[in-house]
Amino acid sequence: MNNMKVLLNGIIKENPTFVLLLGMCPTLGTTSSAINGLSMGLATMAVLIFSNLIISLIKNLIPDKVRIPSFIVVIASLVTILQMLIKAYAPEVDKSLGLFIPLIVVNCIILGRAEAFAAKNGVVSSIFDGIGMGIGFTIALTLLGAVRELLGTGKVFDTTLFPESYGALVFVLAPGAFIALGYLIAIMNKIKN
Amino acid sequence: MKKLNSTWYNMALVLTGISVVAGAALGYVNSITAPTIEALKAQQEKEAEEQVLNGQEGTAIKITDPKGFGGALTVMVGLAPDGKILGYKVLESSETPGLGAKAQDWFQKGQKGDIIGKQAGNLTVSKDGGEVDAITASTITSRAFLRCINAAYETLSKNNADGQSGASQQVNN
Repeated sequence: MNNMKVLLNGIIKENPTFVLLLGMCPTLGTTSSAINGLSMGLATMAVLIFSNLIISLIKNLIPDKVRIPSFIVVIASLVTILQMLIKAYAPEVDKSLGLFIPLIVVNCIILGRAEAFAAKNGVVSSIFDGIGMGIGFTIALTLLGAVRELLGTGKVFDTTLFPESYGALVFVLAPGAFIALGYLIAIMNKIKN
Repeated sequence: MKKLNSTWYNMALVLTGISVVAGAALGYVNSITAPTIEALKAQQEKEAEEQVLNGQEGTAIKITDPKGFGGALTVMVGLAPDGKILGYKVLESSETPGLGAKAQDWFQKGQKGDIIGKQAGNLTVSKDGGEVDAITASTITSRAFLRCINAAYETLSKNNADGQSGASQQVNN
């Protein structure tokens, strides 16, 4: 029951993108299409779950003063392992997302959850926190990617909804990311209240 | 178990321990995945060579331009003996997703920047006075791409002069 609460917390109440506003760099950078947002979200979720798991396991072995460098080594190793696995076994994903995978290291959601949750809680609830935050991040990125792809190119997940010539290119570019994200956060706040 | 105190001894020990374990894990995964990645790359190049020639007589040449928008851009170019472009395939790129990354489709037959059948060697984008339409909002990628095509032509003419001694080419008869 408690774990369910932890899970939902990450998806809605403390959604990393719409509420905590963490990890904005990959959020704005990778969401030029729905599929890119979805893959980035899933890759981040994988790292998040394992980093929460490992850090909650070793939290008592790490002296306080060196906890940040220790967390960073764990996270960076996990990301590098993920990158090698994707390159070897999912070359299609690597093609569209390869450039962004190393950036997961500097995604502050992962370090943030390690510090704020995994370092203080047990293994099981840390895993649930990783899953919840991961799902919340994935939903947010997919939504943002879908909105930008639709407004920019008239397509979502390669399904054409209106001709590309009506699209506003700005939404595929960086400024459109800021505009779309701002409106999505406003809508989320409206719904929540 | 009580949390370890932040003494010098503990900190050095823990950081060393974590680094050793992380290093070992990375080395292990790398030893498993590296051969697969290499094989995949070789296979992709072989497929690309066949694809860019499209069953016609010519030479497939792999060219890397270091100055794409996001990093190096590697293109496999298929050229007919007279330097006409038969086909191309982007092998590796770090171009912006949704923009420069469109290069794989943009310059194909029937697309906006169609270069198939054109004479390689002096192709430039329309912004620089050439006849090729650059990818919308990705002029830098387009320039790097055309540099690859032109460089492929130079390699071809040089090989012809040297009497076919190129290393990365494949002649399809």
